[in-house]
Amino acid sequence: MEKFKKLTGIAAPMPLVNIDTDMIIPKVFLKTIKRSGLGVNLFDEMRYDRDGNEIPDFVLNKPQYREAEILVAGDNFGCGSSREHAPWALQDFGIKAVISTSFADIFFNNCFKNGILPIVLPPEQVDVLMKDAEKGANARMTVDLEAQEITTSDGQVFTFEVDAFKKHCLLNGLDDIGLTMEKSAAIDSFEAQAAQSRPWI
Amino acid sequence: MSPKTLYDKIWDAHVVQQDDDGTCLLYIDRHLVHEVTSPQAFEGLRMSGRTVRAPEKTIAVPDHNVPTTLDRASGVIENEESRIQVEALDKNAREFGVHYYPVNDVRQGILHSVGPKQGWTLPGMTVVCGDSHTATHGAFGALAHGIGTSEVEHVLATQTLIQKKSKNMKVEITGQLRPGVTAKDITLAVIGATGTAGGTGYVIEYCGEAIRSLSMEGRMTVCNMAIEGGARAGLIAPDETTFSYVKGRPHAPKGAQWEAALAWWKTLYTDEGAHFDKVVTLKGEDIQPVVTWGTSPEDVLPITATVPAPEDFKGGKVDAARRSLEYMGLTPGMKLTDIEIDTVFIGSCTNGRIEDLRAAAAVLKGKKIKDGMRAMVVPGSGLVRAQAEEEGLADIFKEAGFEWRLAGCSMCLAMNPDQLAEGERCASTSNRNFEGRQGYKGRTHLVSPAMAAAAALTGRLTDVRELI
Repeated sequence: MEKFKKLTGIAAPMPLVNIDTDMIIPKVFLKTIKRSGLGVNLFDEMRYDRDGNEIPDFVLNKPQYREAEILVAGDNFGCGSSREHAPWALQDFGIKAVISTSFADIFFNNCFKNGILPIVLPPEQVDVLMKDAEKGANARMTVDLEAQEITTSDGQVFTFEVDAFKKHCLLNGLDDIGLTMEKSAAIDSFEAQAAQSRPWI
Repeated sequence: MSPKTLYDKIWDAHVVQQDDDGTCLLYIDRHLVHEVTSPQAFEGLRMSGRTVRAPEKTIAVPDHNVPTTLDRASGVIENEESRIQVEALDKNAREFGVHYYPVNDVRQGILHSVGPKQGWTLPGMTVVCGDSHTATHGAFGALAHGIGTSEVEHVLATQTLIQKKSKNMKVEITGQLRPGVTAKDITLAVIGATGTAGGTGYVIEYCGEAIRSLSMEGRMTVCNMAIEGGARAGLIAPDETTFSYVKGRPHAPKGAQWEAALAWWKTLYTDEGAHFDKVVTLKGEDIQPVVTWGTSPEDVLPITATVPAPEDFKGGKVDAARRSLEYMGLTPGMKLTDIEIDTVFIGSCTNGRIEDLRAAAAVLKGKKIKDGMRAMVVPGSGLVRAQAEEEGLADIFKEAGFEWRLAGCSMCLAMNPDQLAEGERCASTSNRNFEGRQGYKGRTHLVSPAMAAAAALTGRLTDVRELI
């Protein structure tokens, strides 16, 4: 997994609430057996018309946001299905951080497995960042995971919370399967115990 | 000992290891696997030379992509990408030695129908699957939730998940439901009341007299949509209804093990005085048959209501409602019962079980669907289908003008050929009304099976209470 330490980049505003995983990556693109190559279809039905032409009004089609690395989004971003294709598509497009007032649980977890940092902030702070993002490409935001700080283009600083273990994995690009495999003795002993207490499992 | 919730008890019984910051390694009793979210996980195992730690606790079924037309027995899936995914599952299941129900096995169906029916799902278990509707299994008092593909790989390799505990939320439905009101109306009404983010960060325990009175099928419908309310999982404490459903199923414990299991299962309830971080209470008598009007499952109204206006909402929901109304082609103020529909879908992991088919058939019996209506029933599994045929339900559907399909996820997410065309409007017993969910520019109204049947007869959204 790619490490995430500190990022200064363009933030794209997506104020719509309840942006669901079907919007992020429609199901027709779930038929892949690979993880890569989904960026071109990120937000497909909002981004392209039926003939595959770009819809100019969509934020990531606007010249100033084509290179966006951060999304500032409306409440409950990523609601819906468990498809990890959603963070795969974001990551493949180049999005490395998403900021919102809340995220759906499974999507939130999936982001951390793919080097994407989802950040939850109170509504009034997301409002400030949304306005900052609306300024366009000259307004670059900085997300510093180590310091747990976001700095707006005009120097305003917001701190954010992040789970310590998830932060550790993201900062170091760690594969958590490897970490868990190191605990296999504990799993063995749990299994042995469970075989006694709940033998029907 | 301080009083515990049902969630606390199941959680505590599965913690392998806990770190100082509360991060836990949680043991997983059952892992369900399907063709769409697993290929990359199996590939990951191969690349790192890992195996499936507990193949005997892993159950694979192709469901999302499979055609539901009767000619599928001939074998070939026409869509090449779908075929490759199903073939990949076939290969992975056999190579890694997990339990497998292939397309042409009569037990095949939607994972969340197959698991309970085969007795894989038992009270007090942890159950995960790369599918958000894993919440369904919470109906048995099992802690069940969806996971992403990286976590699928993690569970395959280690039979554990790295988790932090959620908060406890109680949703109580008091009293009894009125005639024509079903489990689907309960679960939609709850989401209407709490919003799609209302459960974020929580595990919900559903309780109260109206929940206790539900069959296992109804309880599965309620828990299935806990995820639409934002919760990690939904739970219902096991009771005699649960035990009698489980008993005798192929993979349920037998003999002395049954007695031992039963003794433990009977301890799985929330202790008097246990703490809930959030409590929501609805009166069963107040719940009416409901429909969704918009493109979020929280856009719920009683069938007797009118289409709302964007100005009826606050904050970011104003723009979202405007966008929904435009997408759905609806005008504020129109009666919901004046909305004409052209497609009816009965099926999905929400409402594809025998009781759902009985409820729909009861409305349809001896009647014909409206001319030009496209209507289909897709049973949750091959065994539900067989049972419905035995009970004569299939004949009622066919005589009414419904297509009688083979089992799968079908038009709930339209990954297979069962899709809405642009602008088509569907009364659907599924769980999501998102933009494009049932087909590009397709329009979805979520309803109960009885309400879907009523709509098929009249050609518009209909209050089923007028027909019973």
